[in-house]
Amino acid sequence: MTGHLNVVGALMRRGLNEILRVPAGALPGVIAPTIFMLGLAAVFGKAATLESYEGVSFLAFILPVGMLQGAGFTGAATGVNLARDIERGWFDRMLLAPTPRPVLLAGFVASASLRALLPASFLLIVALALGVGWPGLLELLIAAVLVMGLAAVVACYATLVALRFRTQQAAPLMQIGSFIAVLFTTSYAPRELLAGWLGTIADVNPVTHVLEGVRQGFVGDVTWAQTWPALVSIVALVAVFGALAVRGMRRQGR
Amino acid sequence: MRRATVALARRALVNAFRRPQFLAPLVLFPSLFLAINVGGLGATRELDGFPAVDGFLDYQLAAAILQSLLIGGVTAGIAAALDIEEGFFDRLVASPTPRIAIVLGRVLAASVIAFLQVVYFLVLGFVFGASIKGGVVGVACVLAIGVVAGTGFGAIGVLIALRARNASTVQGIFPLVFVVLFISSAFFPLELLSAPADVIARYNPLSFIADGMRQPIAFSNEAWPVVQGLLAAAGIAAASIGLSLLALRGRLRRA
Repeated sequence: MTGHLNVVGALMRRGLNEILRVPAGALPGVIAPTIFMLGLAAVFGKAATLESYEGVSFLAFILPVGMLQGAGFTGAATGVNLARDIERGWFDRMLLAPTPRPVLLAGFVASASLRALLPASFLLIVALALGVGWPGLLELLIAAVLVMGLAAVVACYATLVALRFRTQQAAPLMQIGSFIAVLFTTSYAPRELLAGWLGTIADVNPVTHVLEGVRQGFVGDVTWAQTWPALVSIVALVAVFGALAVRGMRRQGR
Repeated sequence: MRRATVALARRALVNAFRRPQFLAPLVLFPSLFLAINVGGLGATRELDGFPAVDGFLDYQLAAAILQSLLIGGVTAGIAAALDIEEGFFDRLVASPTPRIAIVLGRVLAASVIAFLQVVYFLVLGFVFGASIKGGVVGVACVLAIGVVAGTGFGAIGVLIALRARNASTVQGIFPLVFVVLFISSAFFPLELLSAPADVIARYNPLSFIADGMRQPIAFSNEAWPVVQGLLAAAGIAAASIGLSLLALRGRLRRA
């Protein structure tokens, strides 16, 4: 068990080293959601004057979307990096190591979860500087858990795509999945303002619960009624995509 | 020169259609944004200062077209940079091909793709209930502005490729597409933008292009917005093609 944890730790360190040694590689995952958040707030900011937003600023409303987008970019980057390792043969060497494949996957996914805190923290600092109120420590803790959870889900999905296509050219496919999952929710507006078809999709999209779980601390008080669906959704998503990714890892080389 | 330009444009188009991973983002991302904007923010039509339109889709269609054309410019730049990276550009320079055709061929291909992009979004709009208030003349106006703007964005992509000489640098400008769009009136009326975006948007040529295409789609064939859109698009196209040719000359001089 300790050996497995050491492997997970080493793979996490490898992922974190990439941020320090190739910062240009991590920048898009931070800059893109920041541009989206600031741009959407500048363009659609007046939408928050509609009654359904209950007086919350559009920036505070959209900040959690940016955080989850950042998690999505980070998770997708895990898949792109894996595809690069496959192309260069490094992944084949990892498979030859006497390490169970779920442990390798856990290393990739844990690294993505930890790195997702980088864009989330940056977005939070930018939003606070622009006047969004301090949400409180418990609220931030819940947001961090959910952001890390979504990064893990997207990392598992991106791993599946990388294992299937075995090329970095599949990167858009990795990114588009999280893009759709995060935005086809109550991302731009409260549920009652969504068009019928988008409302229906948002109702069945489990990421809506995750988004509302992150958002609650920025637009009001944290409640158990909004927290538990978010936690159940993220655990279920991790279980489903994690199981599929483990299956994909086990099938490699057979 | 004309034959060489057409031949190089045809090659660029064949390459583009053989690599769907390059073409997919042109329609995929703007279509998704269009769906989310229309589905999520349709209620903003109730805001004071929002012009009377039949549907939010009518209003957003021009923004989606413009976004797609800008991404098309990035894609044209990536393709040109790949030609440089893979040595095709050097082989062309060594051949008796007129050098101006190297730029014009790529730009002509961008024009053809821009035409297809505009047609795609107009059809998408029709399918989901948008109506072109300006009728056939309105469609022609949208196509004209769109193709000229797409030509200009393609030339900007080629210009960056000639300067940067690698595809990853050109790819790196992708987020800028959203920055320049967000500081224009493409998505929302100028009067409803927050500061400082509203001030910048007043002078952003993309605002004129978006409003020029929006006018015949959502309102009427009033001439002045369409002319302004066409002039802004033509200005961008003329400047970017000229700068691309200068960049080509500078690059050949260094080679």
